[in-house]
Amino acid sequence: MKASRRLSLGQRAALAIPYLWIAAFFLAPMLLIAKISLSNSVLARPPYEPRFLPSDTLGDIWAKIQSLTFANYRALVGDSLYFDAYVSSLLIAGVSMLATLLVAYPFALAMARSPRKWRPFLIGMAAAPFWTSFLIRVYAWIALLRDEGLINNALMALGLIHAPLEMFATTGAVVVGIVYSYLPFMLLPIYAALEGQDASLREAAEDLGASPWQVFLRITLPLSRDGVIAGALLVFIPAVGEFVIPELLGGSDTLMIGRTLWNDFFANHDWPAASAAAIALVSILLAPLLLWERARLREEERRG
Amino acid sequence: MSNIFRIGVLTAGFVFLYAPIAILAAMSFNASRLVSVWGGFSTKWYAALLENEPLIESTKISLAAAVLSAAIATFLGLLAAVALARFGAFRSRMLFFGAVHAPLVLPEVVLGLALLSCFVALGIGRGFATLVIGHVTLTMCFTTVALLSALRSCDLALEEAAMDLGATPLQAFALVALPQIAPALMSAFLLAFTLSLDDLVIASFATGPGATTLPMRIFSQVRLGVSPQINAISTLLLGMVALALGGSALVMQAGKRRGL
Repeated sequence: MKASRRLSLGQRAALAIPYLWIAAFFLAPMLLIAKISLSNSVLARPPYEPRFLPSDTLGDIWAKIQSLTFANYRALVGDSLYFDAYVSSLLIAGVSMLATLLVAYPFALAMARSPRKWRPFLIGMAAAPFWTSFLIRVYAWIALLRDEGLINNALMALGLIHAPLEMFATTGAVVVGIVYSYLPFMLLPIYAALEGQDASLREAAEDLGASPWQVFLRITLPLSRDGVIAGALLVFIPAVGEFVIPELLGGSDTLMIGRTLWNDFFANHDWPAASAAAIALVSILLAPLLLWERARLREEERRG
Repeated sequence: MSNIFRIGVLTAGFVFLYAPIAILAAMSFNASRLVSVWGGFSTKWYAALLENEPLIESTKISLAAAVLSAAIATFLGLLAAVALARFGAFRSRMLFFGAVHAPLVLPEVVLGLALLSCFVALGIGRGFATLVIGHVTLTMCFTTVALLSALRSCDLALEEAAMDLGATPLQAFALVALPQIAPALMSAFLLAFTLSLDDLVIASFATGPGATTLPMRIFSQVRLGVSPQINAISTLLLGMVALALGGSALVMQAGKRRGL
């Protein structure tokens, strides 16, 4: 490990400003969430107690600390609503991640195998929707998926179906929404991995008699592993906590943790329960995050 | 991959990406209220927007919050990126790195919840100021990442030469490094601007009754069903983002031409 350096006064001042912002508006709020998750729900504002006040004596503080409880976490495990929401969020995120991979891989491969001069244009075209409003991209799918939407109308006009397919307000619609919205997250890392591959390895395999399919399975795919992992996590992690997509495209029976959290917070005003659920959600997401961070560091080392 | 297969995959991919957006934009010019019926070309939904006072008010609030929070986030991101790229292995570097990047991967609902709890616990009234605070917190990790990679790729030898010639480290940075990363500063600002303009979840938690943002208004109307006015405002927003995107591409290109 390298020795840590002492910073000059000017450097410390420059560091202090972003540090203070993060401490005040990110770290402190997160600690507060952790504390609220151990509090009791009350009918007041703010709707939890105990509250630590500057006028508290040491005795007060001790009494308040003793009143903190893990009951909200026990309730999370016991309450089938939250448990089901976690399980179904993980399932929906997992299925969506696989579907996104199935769409993104051939797309990325086709871009990476395109003539070199076309590649910047293609990648720009593929990334551009990522910059347009997320809410609007999800909203656009409502017009396509509804009973009287464009897909149903087109299929009925062609005589392929006689009654509208029930696509809108289903869990399937949520999956489609996630695949559509998060596609660039999967596409870009896979493209980067495929684009950087050494073509001579594939040529060597072909010279040695491998079929195109064998070349793909034994050279191209294994060499793009890091891109696939990065893409999978970039889709999976935000999808687990997703709120907008299930709210707009999902039905009332589409249970996802982001939505449950939102309702508990805004509709039920049960801040302690929502906070405990939030802390639990972050803990669940931490595992793949740490794996991702490790893979990323390895990547950085390799690139030097 | 054979050429026909490759072009087929590319076509299918781009149709999937662009068809919903194109249909949305086309529908905003549909004279008929029904999505399924084409009633002829019309700009009446755009005319209706001009008379929708609450919508215009929200647009102004969204734009003001986006400009202000993007400026602050770019400044904070620059300081954070400089610290990470130039200060070497200072003592709390790992903690700093982690804290700067954490909001990037935290579900927005959790960050929003944390911010709202904090504002309420401190007795801070919610409104425009808290909205900006929320958006800066959300976007500064993105600006930090963008500026960090730009700083890492600029030539340190030039700054060292400036210091050898008597410039203070601050002068060397401001006069040598800053012009080099000007395009990155611009794109970091635009990135933060678009993220803020687009944000629904953080805004819903961080803002108060007086400062309803455009995405919040769109969201509350979308729940009532698809409406041509929403199509029109969506198309305008898409156009705005496309302009910002095109602008940033031009800035980047201009930077490249000057050899930066």
